[in-house]
Amino acid sequence: MLREITLGQYYPVDSLIHRLDPRTKLFGTLVFLVSLFLSRNIWGYLLATAVLTAVIRMSQVPFSYMIKGLKAVVILLLISVSFNLFLTSGEVLARFWIFSVTREGVRMAGFMAVRLIYLILGSTIMTLTTTPNALTDGLEKSLGLLHKIGVPVHEISMMMSIALRFIPILVEETDKIMKAQMARGADFESGNLIQRVKAMVPLLVPLFISAFRRATDLAMAMEARCYRGGEGRTKMKPLHYSGRDHVAYGLMLTYLSGIVILRYL
Amino acid sequence: MAIKVEHIDHIYGAGTAFAQYALRDVNFTIEDGEFVGLIGHTGSGKSTLIQHLNGLLRASNGQIYYNGECIYTNDYDMRALRGKVGLVFQYPEHQLFEADVFSDVCFGPKNLGLSKEEIDARAREALGQVGLDESFYRQSPFELSGGQKRRVAIAGVLAMHPEVLILDEPTAGLDPKGRDEILEEISELHRKKGMTIILVSHSMEDIARYASRLLVMNQGEKVFDGTPKEVFRHYRELEAMGLAAPQITYIVHELQERGVGIPQDLTTVEEARDAILQAWKGK
Repeated sequence: MLREITLGQYYPVDSLIHRLDPRTKLFGTLVFLVSLFLSRNIWGYLLATAVLTAVIRMSQVPFSYMIKGLKAVVILLLISVSFNLFLTSGEVLARFWIFSVTREGVRMAGFMAVRLIYLILGSTIMTLTTTPNALTDGLEKSLGLLHKIGVPVHEISMMMSIALRFIPILVEETDKIMKAQMARGADFESGNLIQRVKAMVPLLVPLFISAFRRATDLAMAMEARCYRGGEGRTKMKPLHYSGRDHVAYGLMLTYLSGIVILRYL
Repeated sequence: MAIKVEHIDHIYGAGTAFAQYALRDVNFTIEDGEFVGLIGHTGSGKSTLIQHLNGLLRASNGQIYYNGECIYTNDYDMRALRGKVGLVFQYPEHQLFEADVFSDVCFGPKNLGLSKEEIDARAREALGQVGLDESFYRQSPFELSGGQKRRVAIAGVLAMHPEVLILDEPTAGLDPKGRDEILEEISELHRKKGMTIILVSHSMEDIARYASRLLVMNQGEKVFDGTPKEVFRHYRELEAMGLAAPQITYIVHELQERGVGIPQDLTTVEEARDAILQAWKGK
C-alpha cells in the first residue's frame, strides 16, 4: 500500500549514475526540469525522452520500481490534464454539456501530462541513485553562495536531510499502526468516502503522536551531541569532482543547447 | 487443532534488490489451550511469523489453517479471523488514538459490529482483566504511564474475545513489577479462560516459567519445537544463535559438573531450589 511511495528512497546498486557527484546530479536534474518547460514542440520532448531513457538504463534501477512513485500522483495528474483539456479556448473539436474540447486543449493536456510524468521520473532518478546524505551535502555545497547574503543554507539542508530520512521511517510506522488497527478489526479498504476518511482517524492520530515524539527525541539527541548548526562545521567526506562529472556537465550543456535549438525549429 | 502452519515461506521485496527470505519452510500445529513461547534473535522472523497467523501478511508459499479451514481461500472472512486470533503488537500503546481509555478499548468490539450493550460489557470485562478499574475509564490514554498504556492496548484486543491471543514482546520496556503483573494477567487468561496463548519474548526466564511449549526461530527457520526442558537442553546451540537458556540452567549444569546430584533439565528458579534442597537433605 503505502510502501509504494519511492520518492526519497535510495536504491542500492553500483551504477555510473550512482557514482556521480551529488552536485552533478542536482544540476542535471535542474537542467532536465528546465528543459521540460523550455520545450514547445514534439521534437523537444522526443529528445527529453531519449535522454531520460538513457539515464534510466544507466542507473540500473528497475523501471517497474521507478514507476511506483508515479502512482501517488495519478490524481494530481488527472486533475491538471482535465483542466487543460476542457478549459483551453481555441478551435473546438467536440462539445458536450458546458465543456468543449479544443485542438489546443488536447495539445496542452498531452504536453502537461508528459511534463508532469517526466518531472517526477527525473527527480525520482536523483533520489533513487543518491543517498539522502549525499544529496543534502551536494545541495549545501551548491547553494554555498547564498550563505553570504544571509540565507541559512546549512540549516535548510539539515532540515531537508532529516525530512528525507524520516520518510521511510514514517512509512514504516504507518504500516505498523495500520496493521495494529487491522488486528483490532479496522477496515481501511471498503466503505464510501466519508467512512474511509473516518477510518483514517485511528491511523492518523497515533501517527502524528509518534512523529512529534520522534522529532523531540531527535532534537534532544542532537543537542546532547553538541550540535549547533553550520558555523565552523567541517565535513568528514568533502565532495570532489572527478572526470566523469566533467563529462556529465558537458553532456548536460549539449542537451540544453539541443533543447533550445529545437524550441525554435 | 487451532492453528496449523504448513510449509510457509515469506519473501520480502520479491523481485527487487532487497529481496530476502524472512521465513523459510515453517511448519507447526498449535492445539487449543496451549501456552506457546516463541523465541528467536532479532530478525529471526518471529514478528513476521505471527503476522501470518491472523492474515495481516500473506505467505509467499504454503498454507495456514485455522480450525481446519484454509485462510487463503478467496471467500475466507479475514476480519472474523482477526477477531478470533487477537494480535498484540510490540509497543501496542502506539496504536492508542481515542479521547479516553474506555472508547479506545471499544474500538475492536465496535468493528465486530456488536450491540452497544455488548460493546460496553466487553470493554468493562477486558479492562478488568488487565487490572484497570473505573477510575481510568474517562482518562486520556496519553496521560497514563507506560505500563498502564500497554494494559489499555492489550484490553483493546481482549475486548474482541479472541480464542487465540498472540503477544509480541508484551513486556518490552517495562519495569520488573509491571512486567510480572502483565505476565501474571496473561497466564491467568490461559488458566481460567483456557485461551490459547502465543508469547513472543526475549526473556528465557519468563518463557520457562509460563510456556508449556517452545518454538525457536533462527534466520527464518524453525529450529526447535518442544517443551522448555527439551529445548533448553540444547543451550549451547541456543547460544550460537545469540540466545541463551534461563540463567538457572547454567547454575544447574555447573552444580552437576561439580558432582551435586540434581536432575539436569531444571528451568525455573523454584524447581532448582527444591531440587537443591532435596540434594542437600539427602547428604
